[in-house]
Amino acid sequence: MAKFSKKTKTEESIPTSALPDIIFMLLFFFMVTTVLREQDILVEQKIPQATQLQKLQKKTLISYIYIGKPKNTALYGSEPKVQANDVLIGAEDVVQWVNQERDLLPEADRGMITISMKVDRDVKMGPISDVQTELREADARRVLYASTGKLQK
Amino acid sequence: MGKKKNRPSQEVNAGSMADIAFLLLIFFLVTTTIASDKGILNVLPPKLDPNNPPPEIDKNERNIFNILINANDQLLIEDEFRDNADGLDAEIKAFVLNFGLPDEEATALYNTLPASLKAQVKRDPESSDSPGEAVVSIKTNRGTSYEKYLEIFDLAKKAYFDIYAERVNLTTDEYRTLTGKDDAEEALIDRGKEGIPMAISIAEPDKIGS
Repeated sequence: MAKFSKKTKTEESIPTSALPDIIFMLLFFFMVTTVLREQDILVEQKIPQATQLQKLQKKTLISYIYIGKPKNTALYGSEPKVQANDVLIGAEDVVQWVNQERDLLPEADRGMITISMKVDRDVKMGPISDVQTELREADARRVLYASTGKLQK
Repeated sequence: MGKKKNRPSQEVNAGSMADIAFLLLIFFLVTTTIASDKGILNVLPPKLDPNNPPPEIDKNERNIFNILINANDQLLIEDEFRDNADGLDAEIKAFVLNFGLPDEEATALYNTLPASLKAQVKRDPESSDSPGEAVVSIKTNRGTSYEKYLEIFDLAKKAYFDIYAERVNLTTDEYRTLTGKDDAEEALIDRGKEGIPMAISIAEPDKIGS
């Protein structure tokens, strides 16, 4: 039956014409989710791990403060420093910074400002409590200790 | 002069399109940092007003679960020395759910608890009176590492979330991921918390020995 054997001849190459579309799809995904760093982080950031993580619903309410050992120890020394926006500040300037951040928010949300503290795991509690005292002073009392997930035992 | 033999094909060659897209893809893959806004939420106490000092609160010692962490990251839990925090979450849970001396309100609360939580009630007169009265106090030293502090704070939160979740019949993870974005979720969150406030007190760190 020669008629049938003809039909079994298969195409040998895989059609790759849809490949660019797939890649573009991935590309767009990453383009949309990516957040280009708008500021340099001047302090070390080894974020500690925890299990009881919570996600905040409104991301616009979050302001970030970074605490850790400066990366450039020749310039800033090796004691832990506080970074807000893209400068290193002393604990006494935290109040002013919080007020600036709060002014950027719509009026209705100002009471709900949340400070995400990204603290290096090697920092001691001393500088952290200094910052927290200042945050209380500024009445920005919602604090998020940024941490990454830990596998539970 | 017949017909042309080598007529160029009408289509644009799209074979290298994938390569270009790959290049861009890899660029974004490398530069991307998926923003993670996850963390442990803490609400700090209001600032101290020098003209208006906070009222002295007489709390029975049995209603406070004391955790001290010193500069060497050693623990003193309820006056007992510890090197590690294993099992602390279970202890806090037992402390909160003790119902040693419940008043009327606490008895009503006790009656709303599911059977699995009722079974954990110890009624130890040496421990907390009722969940509404129980306070977990964490006191650190200026030299305590942040990592240790967060570990203990994490465990205290876990104890409370365990109770809340068990109350509404969810797993702890499920309860924690509730964000209250619709009324049903909010009702669920409130039902878990009702009458059992998350009372974790962070004391000012000691200055000595830092």
